[in-house]
Parts: sequence; C-alpha cells; structure tokens
Amino acid sequence: MISADIAIVLPEVFLAVYAMAALLYAVYTTKDKAAPALLWATAAVFAAVAIWIGLSGGPVQTAFGGAFVDDGFARFSKVVILLSASAVLLMSEGYLAKRDLLRFEYPVLIVLAVVGMMMMVSAGDLMALYMGLELQSLALYVVASLRRDSVKSTEAGLKYFVLGALSSGLLLYGASLTYGFAGTTLFSGIVQTAQGGQLPLGLLFGLAFIAAGLAFKVSAVPFHMWTPDVYEGSPTPVTAFFATAPKVAAMGLFARVVHDAFGGAVGDWSQIIALLSVASMFLGAIAAIGQTNIKRLMAYSSIAHMGFALMGLASGTEAGVQAMLIYMAIYVTMNIGTFAFIIGMEKDGRPVRDIRALSLYSKTDPTGALALLVLMFSLAGVPPMVGFFGKLSVLAAAVDGGLAWLAVAGVIASVIGAFYYLRIVYFMYFGEETEALDKNGSPILWIFLMGSAAAMVFGVFNLFGVDTAAALAAETLVR
Amino acid sequence: MANIVLFAPLIGAILCGFGWKIIGETAAQWVATGLLFVSAFFSWIIFLTFDGTLAQIHILDWIQSGSLDTAWAIRLDRLTAIMLIVITTVSSLVHLYSFGYMDHDPQWKEGEVYKPRFFAYLSFFTFAMLMLVTADNLVQMFFGWEGVGVASYLLIGFYYRKPSANAAAIKAFVVNRVGDFGFALGIFALFFLVDSINFDDVFAAGPALAETNLHFLWRDWNAANLIGFLLFIGAMGKSAQLFLHTWLPDAMEGPTPVSALIHAATMVTAGVFLVCRMSPLFEYAPGAQTFIIYIGASTAFFAATVGLVQNDIKRVIAYSTCSQLGYMFVAAGVGVYSAAMFHLFTHAFFKAMLFLGAGSVIHAMHHEQDMRNYGGLRTKIPYTYWAMMIGTLAITGVGIPLTHIGFAGFLSKDAIIESAFGAESAAGSYAFWMLVVAAAMTSFYSWRLMFLTFFGKPRGDKHTHDHAHESPMVMLVPLGVLSLGAIFAGMIWFGSFFGTHEQVNRFFGIPEHHAEASQGHGAAHGDDHGSDHEDAHGDDHAKAEGEAHAVAKEGAADHGDAQGEGDHAAAAGLHHGQAPVGAIFMAPDNHVMDNAHHAPKWVKVSPFIAMVLGLALAYLFYIVNPRLPKRLATAQEPLYKFLLNKWYFDQAYDFLFVRPAKALGRFFWKKGDGATIDGAINGLAMGIVPFFTRLAGRAQSGYLFHYAFAMVIGIVILVSWMAIGGGAN
Repeated sequence: MISADIAIVLPEVFLAVYAMAALLYAVYTTKDKAAPALLWATAAVFAAVAIWIGLSGGPVQTAFGGAFVDDGFARFSKVVILLSASAVLLMSEGYLAKRDLLRFEYPVLIVLAVVGMMMMVSAGDLMALYMGLELQSLALYVVASLRRDSVKSTEAGLKYFVLGALSSGLLLYGASLTYGFAGTTLFSGIVQTAQGGQLPLGLLFGLAFIAAGLAFKVSAVPFHMWTPDVYEGSPTPVTAFFATAPKVAAMGLFARVVHDAFGGAVGDWSQIIALLSVASMFLGAIAAIGQTNIKRLMAYSSIAHMGFALMGLASGTEAGVQAMLIYMAIYVTMNIGTFAFIIGMEKDGRPVRDIRALSLYSKTDPTGALALLVLMFSLAGVPPMVGFFGKLSVLAAAVDGGLAWLAVAGVIASVIGAFYYLRIVYFMYFGEETEALDKNGSPILWIFLMGSAAAMVFGVFNLFGVDTAAALAAETLVR
Repeated sequence: MANIVLFAPLIGAILCGFGWKIIGETAAQWVATGLLFVSAFFSWIIFLTFDGTLAQIHILDWIQSGSLDTAWAIRLDRLTAIMLIVITTVSSLVHLYSFGYMDHDPQWKEGEVYKPRFFAYLSFFTFAMLMLVTADNLVQMFFGWEGVGVASYLLIGFYYRKPSANAAAIKAFVVNRVGDFGFALGIFALFFLVDSINFDDVFAAGPALAETNLHFLWRDWNAANLIGFLLFIGAMGKSAQLFLHTWLPDAMEGPTPVSALIHAATMVTAGVFLVCRMSPLFEYAPGAQTFIIYIGASTAFFAATVGLVQNDIKRVIAYSTCSQLGYMFVAAGVGVYSAAMFHLFTHAFFKAMLFLGAGSVIHAMHHEQDMRNYGGLRTKIPYTYWAMMIGTLAITGVGIPLTHIGFAGFLSKDAIIESAFGAESAAGSYAFWMLVVAAAMTSFYSWRLMFLTFFGKPRGDKHTHDHAHESPMVMLVPLGVLSLGAIFAGMIWFGSFFGTHEQVNRFFGIPEHHAEASQGHGAAHGDDHGSDHEDAHGDDHAKAEGEAHAVAKEGAADHGDAQGEGDHAAAAGLHHGQAPVGAIFMAPDNHVMDNAHHAPKWVKVSPFIAMVLGLALAYLFYIVNPRLPKRLATAQEPLYKFLLNKWYFDQAYDFLFVRPAKALGRFFWKKGDGATIDGAINGLAMGIVPFFTRLAGRAQSGYLFHYAFAMVIGIVILVSWMAIGGGAN
C-alpha cells in the first residue's frame, strides 16, 4: 500500500530528497562556491522532472487515502511550474553573482518552494492543501529577503510573512469551518456534502474564507496589497520567480478546491471569483498607470492578469478551466521574457528600474527593443500576439458560462491597461533623449527574451499544442 | 497563351513599379511597354485563330466557402477575345505614346521620378481590365471591376499636386461606389437564387429566374428583371450613364494617355461588356432591357447636347465618349449584343485616337486645353491634324449610304440606329429618334472641335502658337496604327458582328440549330410589321400567320400557329437547365437584328443625313461666320447656360447629396465623434482613471496595518455577500 503511494508521489519525493542532499553537500563542502553549479544542476533537475511528469500519462491516481491526487490537471500545472522555475533559476545566476547574492541556499529554497507548489496542485485534502501552501510560502518568505543588508528586501520579506500569516489564518479558519460542517477534510467528502447547490451557511462561510486565503496567494484584489511592495523590494530574479511559478500553483490550487471540493455549488463560488476577478482587473489596470518603477508596474500587471485568469475560473465550466490554464501558460511565458529584460536593465553596471530610463532604447538595442515591444503588445492583448488569444479564450469561456458582464468588464479593463504597456513602447521608440541604458549583455537573458518574444509571435499558429494539453487537463478536473 | 496575355501586364507593373530603382527608370518603362506588346501580339493571335468554341482555363481554386465554389479561371470565348485585342492594343499603344507625352511633365520638378509610377499604374490597370474581361464568374469579374476602379482613381489623381485632380479622383471613386453597390447587390441576389456565381450556372438559370419572384424592398419583383436592373446599375456607374455620369468629364484631370486608355477605350466600356456577357440573363429580363434602352438613349442625347458648348478639348471628347456609350447600351438593350460589341470595338480605335490626337495638340500647345486659344494649327502639326481628321470622319460616321463601305463609326453606329428601329417598341422608337438627333450633334461638336483647333486664325497666346511643334515619333506611331483601325475595322468585321445570322453565329460560336430556329422566325416576320417584340410569343405568331408572307427557308414558318408554338417549346427546352452555347445569347423570339437588316431605306439613310446636317451647321458656324455662335449664345442665353453647366447635374447633386452628406458628416464629426465620443473617452482617460490611480496609489501606503485592514475588509465583503446573496438559495 505505502509503496504504491510512494510511487505516485515519486517526483515530489525525489525533489525533496534532492533538496536535502544538495543542502548537506553544500554545507559540508565549499558552501557558496558550489552555488553556481548547484543552481545549474537544480535547473537541470527541474527540467528533467518536468519532462518526466510531462511524459507520464495514465489515469487519475490517488495516494494516501485521497489526500494526494495525480491527474492530468496536476501534471499540466506541475510541468508549467517546473519549467518556469527552471527558467527563472537560469536567469538569476548572472544578476545574483554580480551582487554577491548567489548563496547556495537559494536553489535549495527554490526546490523546496517548488515541492510545495507541486503538493498544492495535487492536493486532495484540506491538510495536504495547507501543507503544500505553507511549504511554498515559508521558502518564499526567505527568498524575498535574500538580500539581508537591504532595508527594502527585508521589509518585503517581513511584510510578505506577516500578511501571509494572516491569510493562512483566514484559510485555516475556513478549513476548520468546512471540516466542522462537512465532517471530513477530504475534498471528495466535502463535495458530497455540498451537492445539489444547497450549501449550509457554515460551509459557505468556510468557502469564503478559503477563497480569501487563496486569493492572497494569487494576489487578487483586495488581498493584493503585499504584491507591489514585495515585488519592488525583492531582488529582481526573485520577483521574476514570484510572478511565475507560485501564481500557477495558487491558481491550480484555487481551481482544484472550487471544483473538487465545492463542485456542486458552482453558482456560489462563481460569484466570489467573479467579484475578485473584476476588482483585480480594474485595480491592476488603473493603479499601474501611476507607476514609474517597472517592478511595481509588473506587480500591478500580474494582479490584472490574475483577474483575467480568475475570469476563466469564474465561468465554472470545463472550457473555463482550460482557458485559465492556457492563460496561465501564456502569462508565465510572457513574464519570463519580460523579466529577462528587466533583470538586464542596467546603467553603468547598476540596476535601473525607472521606465523613463528606457527612452529611445530602440536606438541602443533595436532587437531587444523589438522583442520587448512584442512582449508588451502581448501583455496588453493586442492581436496577433499570443497574449490576445489567451484573453480571447477566457472571454469566450466567461460569455459561454453566462458571465457576459464580466467579459465586457474585462475588455474595458484591458483597454485601460493597454495604456501602461504601450507607454513603455512609447518610451522605447519615441521618448526623449536620456543617458542610454547599457546593452543587455548576458546571453542567457538574451535567449529567454528572444525565445519568449518569438513564442508570442509564432505561437499564434497552434499555441504549441498548449490548448490541447490544457483541454485534457481541464477534462480530468471538471467531471 | 491566354495566361501570358493576362499576366504579362501584371509582371510589367510589378517590375516597373518596384524594380525601377534596380533596373533604371527608362529600362523599367521599356519592360512594361515591351510586355504589353507581347500581350497584344498574343491577343491578336488568339482573336484571329479563335474558332468560336468556349475554353475555360483554370488558374487556381479561389474561394471555397459553404456552397460558394469559385475558381480563378480564364473564360475564353468570342467576347473575351474581342475585349483582349481592344484592351491590349490600345494599352500597348498608349504605353508607347506616354514615352513622348509624359516626358518633361511640367507638374514635376527637375529630378523627380514619376514615369515608372505612371507606367506601372497603366500596366496594373491593363491587368485588372484583363481580369475583368476574362472572368469566369461574377466575383472574379467584381475583383477586376474594382481593380480598374482603383487604377482609374490612381491615374486620375496622378497629378496629385493639383487639388482639382484629387477632387476628380475622389469623385470618380465615390460615384463608382454607387454603381458598384448595385452590382454587388445583383451578385448577392444571383447567389441567393442560383446558389452559384459561376457564369455557366447563372446562364443556365436564366429561364428559371424569369419565372421567379423575389421579395426586395417591401414588394415582390420579377427576379430576372431585378437582377438585370441591379447589374445594370453597376454598368451605369462604370460606363458613366445618365445620373452616374458626372465623374467622367472630371476624370479628364488625369494625363491624356489615361483618358485615351481608361476613359475612352476600355474601362468605361466594361459596363457594356457586362450587359453583353450577361446576355443569357438580360434576354429574360424585358423590364431591365427597356430601362437600359431609355437610359442609353437619354445618355447619348444628353451628353451630345452638353458636348456642343464645351470649350475644353478633352471635355468635348469626354462627353462624346459618354454619348457613344449610350449608343452601345441601346444596342445591348434592344438585344443586338453583337452590334453593341461592334461599336465598342470600333469606338475603342477612333476614340483612343481622338484622345491621343488631342493629347498631341495639347502637347504641341504647351498644355493649353482651351479650344478658344487654338486655331490654324493645321499647318503647324500636320500629322496630328490628319489623324484627328480620320478620327472625326470615323466618329461622325462618314461612309457611302446603303453600302457597307465607310469609316468604322459609320458601320457600327448605323448598325445600332437600325437595331433601335428594329426593336419595334416604344422604347426602341424613342431610342431611334434620340440617337439620330445625337448623331447630328455628334457631327456638329466633332467638326466644331476640328474647325476651332485646326482652321481659322491662331487665337490665344502668340508665343505658344509660335512654338507649337509636331509631336515626336513615339506619339505619332500610335496615332498611325489607330487610324488604320478607325478606317478599316468597321469594313473588315461588319459581317462578323452585324452580317447575316450565319456569319454572326459562326463568329460568336452559337450552334447552328439555334440559328435555324431564329432565322426561320426572322424570315417569317419579314419586314417591319410594327409588333412589339416583347409581346407574348403567341402574339408574334398570330401576326406572322396573319401577314402570311412566309419566305420559308426552313419551312417552319409556314406551319400553323400550333406548330409554331411546338417549335418554340422545343427551342426553349434546349436552354432549360443548361447554359446556352455561344458568347452571346439571343432568345429564339429575338428578331431585332433581322428587323434591323430589313429596315426601310429612310431609316438607313437618316444617320447619314444627320451627320451631313451637323457638318454643314458646324461649317457655317465656325468657318463661314465665326461670329454666329456668340450671337446665338446671347440670344438663347438660358439654353446656352443650361448646356454649359451640363444640365446643372453637378449643382443638383451638390445640393441633394454632397451638402447633406457633408452636413451629416460634420455633425457626426463635431457632435458625435468630437463631443460625445472623444469627450467621454477623454473625460474617462484624463479625469476618472487618473483619479482612481491616485486613490489606488494612496491606498498603497506601505503600512502593514493598512494592508491587513484591506484584507479584513475584503473578507467582510465576501462573507456578507455569501450570507446575503449566496446563502439564499
């Protein structure tokens, strides 16, 4: 019995063991000198595990009495998480090494966070959910304050920690309410209580609190306040990591909870998510306009994008989950490219975060400027970039799910939001003469920037098959 | 071979338009011109070796959507072959001519490159026109139709520094949109009813359409009539017929070679071509045919009257074109499509020549276009004078009455006038008289042009007259070639276009048994017996029986009424469900051509008399007593003003359409777009959104307790929402 369970969670076990081994190895040997090698090895391991999971098919399997679920949805999310984590690790090296931040704990913490995320998307039980969530969060609190000697970085870590604790409290309160009314922590048990659209009020409250806790993780309004500060304060590669893998994991967990545990009460949670979605889209779009710091701007951008992803989820249909997964995959790809650019933004070797510094960047580096232009257009959802098709699929899902008002709101919000993406393009091509930024020198960053931009252009043909994979994944979640 | 004809101009346009920077300016022009001569050469081979059988050359599959299945194919029959030689011959000569005419154009400064662009537009136009005439379905035709529209727009506005040229280009484009709207509706209606827009299917459906009713604009219409009418609206726009004619005179703002090619010989005849091409449909649409006759005859008359008083040499010829197009439509309307094509064919030669001759005069006179400043140029530019003389003899219809010897216009125009008479209907007689009067006026204004330009004393700027010079060889050669056409085209091809039934049928590839049926009936009708040919068959037959003078070549005609009906049924049965064979189609009860052949002598002589009258009057006015026109103009002031202002069509349209449209546009622009939309967007973008942005910025205070408070508010909202809204169910 236990060996069968272990076989199912083998990737997670493998990664956890790898994290311990790497930690021990580095502590007892060369410490920080081993960090670059460790970082590359970790990225390779992530990629390998992603391929491993991606190629393993098979039916839905559960382990530990249903607490861990291994289905197509989990596998899809895990592949996205692992690949984005791997990419962000590779992008980090140069930046961290230059600023003497490349500690050997960094890759180890990232591995632990990723294990937590993989737990989250596979959770089949409130316990497993909380374990995964906290494993992820604890690792992230630490990496947020990776630069210990910087006030901003430590402030970011502390804020994230305190607010994260508050959100965990809300989540736990909701979980206990749910347990109290359902009599079980298993999702498959809760869903039976919540059958037929007739939820007891206590269970509804539980759902609301759990949703609040999860909304904090996806940084949906009004649980988003930490996001700009943490994004700004953390070292840029860490921000890149925050913007990608944890968002996918939290979104996956959100989808799993509402569909697996509250699948019988779609009408109830659909309203909550629609509310979060519309608030996030508008706040993300409007607040970003005032930002000049590109990291804060990307924080609001990610809030708005989470609003769109939640729109897919709010529709409560299989197509909605599929649209959400497509949207997340596209979002992660775009953000990797954009952060590859942001990490490389330097003037005389010092990082620059003001978007006005991008003025006439197209003259310094025409290719890089063009790539960023493509990414900005894609983020704004301008056809024919791939980002447009992501938005299109969630809008279509919302309309089909009977939430036409939400789709209309989304379109308006995306129009408002287009402003700040286009402003960056404006600065790059028509801005005033300023001191030019250094040219992006790192080949790794260049590859990720170009690859991401190219994907945004050439993906329009078939989205690289992501839509089919997402459809299969959605099928296993929504039954 | 047809492929080469079609694509050589396109290749020329691309090479010349985009490649001149690589191969050089002059080389680019020669490439375009050379390719057109190749195209013309092959066109003549196709025309002369064509045996009358339809060939469809598939180029590529084009649109496949639902039941719409359209290929891009070349439909090669006699109509196409005629149009091919007309287009490629005139176009290649115009290309050649442009070498001289466009050299050192005063519109451009030293060093500016404009000639390759001009040649590329010309070649592109030729390609679009060829696409139009080779079309095998209506969508393909529509593409060519719009392609020539675009080329025409570009070429009219070629002198884009002149505001008047730009305005004329826009006017041409907009007026053509009105016509194209009708054309497009006609195509839609055909697709709606026939479920196909391929010519073969459409032609086969002619008889069925005649018995179908279509609900459109609050009432039922006969489908064939309605479709015919809509298609003709398109033809009216393109061919500048009355009410949609206003753009053609203004189009003279373009360079003169353009006027010769597009606005005389080819594009404006596309409407006539369309009606002839759709003859299997129009034969079943008597209402539409009547409408065509009235419009065509009125246009011929109206344009000729306006042409009488114009002073700009190009405008005179432009109104003349408009008028001649009216002639062609009358022929097509009465059902003698071969005569329409005949006039189209000969008109292309002599009208292109008149334009090129006028261009030569303008070139000689340093771009002076007002005839009042000409005079006495006969000796200064003798070759141009003789070319213009031949053109004038051709357009006025000089020939020996009652024989088939004469200039091209003599044969083709008389054929049309006789056909109008032969229609034996109210519309036909209206057209006949209109056309005869128009012929007199044609003669008058054509000779007026000649006399004012080449005879009398030099008027206007003395310096210009002193420096008037004969045009270079490249401009004179095209004139020479075209003058051959203007002299001989009519005599050579008279038999094929308007000879006996056998000749015409052989020429257009119509099978023999149709011919027999028609011939038999035609013979039975014999001379004019005043019947309306649009009456029912029975009526015709009764008359035929009553008159009982059966020439009876085939024997069918001296049978009784019942027998005749039976024959008819058999003949009609042939056409049911399959497209009629042959480039044009004349219904079995269409005897107009035979009637025309048997028209009385006075009918046949009347255009000649009209021509002589016009000539005599012009001679009197402009040679014998040059003060007479002025006196007449003062005596008949209102009439003169009326004609000079082109019947006030432009003013009326300006008042009726342009001003209200502008007012409406300004209203939507200022009030709708400016105040409402821009106001709202600007208010939102510059007032409300920044307000919220500041608010959001202030909320993001950086204090932890504020953030935590926001979360608590969030949870309160969620729980309240659940408790009030969600918990209810």
